[in-house]
Amino acid sequence: MQVPAHFEYEKATSVEHCLALLAKFGPESRVLAGGHSLIPMMKLRLAQPETLIDINDLTELGYLRVSDGELRMGALTRHAELLSSPVAGEHFPILHDAERVIADPIVRNRGTIGGSLCQADPSEDLSAAFAAVRAIMVIQGGAGTRTVPAREFHLGPYETVVESDELLTEIRVPILPGSGSAYEKVERRAGDWPVGAAGAALWLDGDTITEVGIGLAAVGAAHFSAAEAEDALRGEPATDDSFTRAGQIAAEHCRPISDQRGPADYKRHLAAELTVRALRRARGRVRGGKG
Amino acid sequence: MQITMSVNDTEYSAEVEPRLLLIHFIRDNLGLTGSHWGCDTSNCGACVVWLDETPVKSCTVFAAMADGHRVRTVEGLERGGELDPVQQGFTECHGLQCGFCTPAMMMTARWLLDNNPDPSAGEIREALSGQICRCTGYENIVRSIRWAAEHEAADRAGAPGEFGDSVQEAAG
Ligand SMILES: Cc1cc2nc3c(=O)[nH]c(=O)nc-3n(C[C@H](O)[C@H](O)[C@H](O)COP(=O)(O)OP(=O)(O)OC[C@H]3O[C@@H](n4cnc5c(N)ncnc54)[C@H](O)[C@@H]3O)c2cc1C
Ligand code: FES
Ligand code: FES
Repeated sequence: MQVPAHFEYEKATSVEHCLALLAKFGPESRVLAGGHSLIPMMKLRLAQPETLIDINDLTELGYLRVSDGELRMGALTRHAELLSSPVAGEHFPILHDAERVIADPIVRNRGTIGGSLCQADPSEDLSAAFAAVRAIMVIQGGAGTRTVPAREFHLGPYETVVESDELLTEIRVPILPGSGSAYEKVERRAGDWPVGAAGAALWLDGDTITEVGIGLAAVGAAHFSAAEAEDALRGEPATDDSFTRAGQIAAEHCRPISDQRGPADYKRHLAAELTVRALRRARGRVRGGKG
Repeated sequence: MQITMSVNDTEYSAEVEPRLLLIHFIRDNLGLTGSHWGCDTSNCGACVVWLDETPVKSCTVFAAMADGHRVRTVEGLERGGELDPVQQGFTECHGLQCGFCTPAMMMTARWLLDNNPDPSAGEIREALSGQICRCTGYENIVRSIRWAAEHEAADRAGAPGEFGDSVQEAAG
């Protein structure tokens, strides 16, 4: 039986209450969202927080809506809620593609999008999806609220810019017209973490790529993205040739490691191939296909 | 710490350690051993119970997190002394062999049918994809759930409901 170390438990009743508790209990306290990363780590004693601050009753952080030209999601939105949200799927099909293959339906009932991002696992699918669409993270602390671009949110594996007395409260994705997006993942079996995954968001003017975002998970890409491949695509025609070149550049710049999910050279191959597939599917969606 | 929760519509209060997992609270403190404890790593799904309206893997939830909430286990599936159609389906279609995965499979099946009364075999398999059965090969589990779906549909059609047939068709 896996038993976590002893800890104190506090239930937050509002965002302000949560921030006060974080300030009171200091760096040895941790926010408890869905618990589907934190509790397994505590069972293995990889995490031994002294105090857990449970935010599951903060319904004020569970919402999905469009306002001021942005899709806005509360950090406590469950994976299942994002997956079943028509408004999210309409503007950013990449989010539905990704959610459909994150864990399994029961885990998705509990795991939250904020928890996924804050866990900062190098294989986290949503980190790549939000990097592709250039999301903006809203972080609240005692001193006030600040926003951080998705690509500056992660400092490294299991490390983010969220300080120990802060809370990620919202994820915003700017809605710009003429876009299409998609996510492609290879997993060993249903419900598993990716061996490799790529997400793409494309903006076209006729056949010309005006803007593009590429996100990569589990292949050691800096900031979960492929900036060099994006640079090579801007201004180019949205053809398979352009996409193939972008895939090669993305693969060259990532640093996958061999592990139980696969050898590094296979993951590098996936980075190239899945980037191409995601771009193609995104292109089909700009042009109105369901793809 | 003191926690209070409703389990199968009965209120329970207990003094527990915060690190106690919900599955152990249900099995060891309440003696409701229908919910099983398998992998301990949120992979096998033997521990699925409902927390409020949705199934969760209770090996990955602290009992403290259910404080003030409602829990439903397989012991709360039958109603008024009658087996739930899902339970009847598993009986009729030989939906289990050793039975270890069964209570959790039935809790997920009930949730699925509440949200999607006429699921395809593919939708059933997707709903159960976070739960492992080492005996049946899943085929009879899918049949059992289809059995329940069809019998519930027949009951709805046959029973003189509050509304006329046309309303039911429009809604369905
Ligand atoms: C069986 C299984 C399979 C999985 N498969 C996949 C997969 O295929 N792809 C994938 O991407 N993920 C997968 N996951 C991971 C899952 O997406 C995440 O575990 C989960 O959603 C994390 O969210 P949580 O709400 O459970 O976070 P928690 O476990 O509660 O928290 C994780 C970390 O984030 C911190 N935190 C949480 N919320 C906040 C906040 N609002 N502000 C500041 N800090 C916060 C916590 O303190 C903790 O350090 C899987 C998990 C399981 C159990
Ligand atoms: S015991 Fe909970 S998922 Fe296996
Ligand atoms: S019946 Fe034995 S595990 Fe499913």
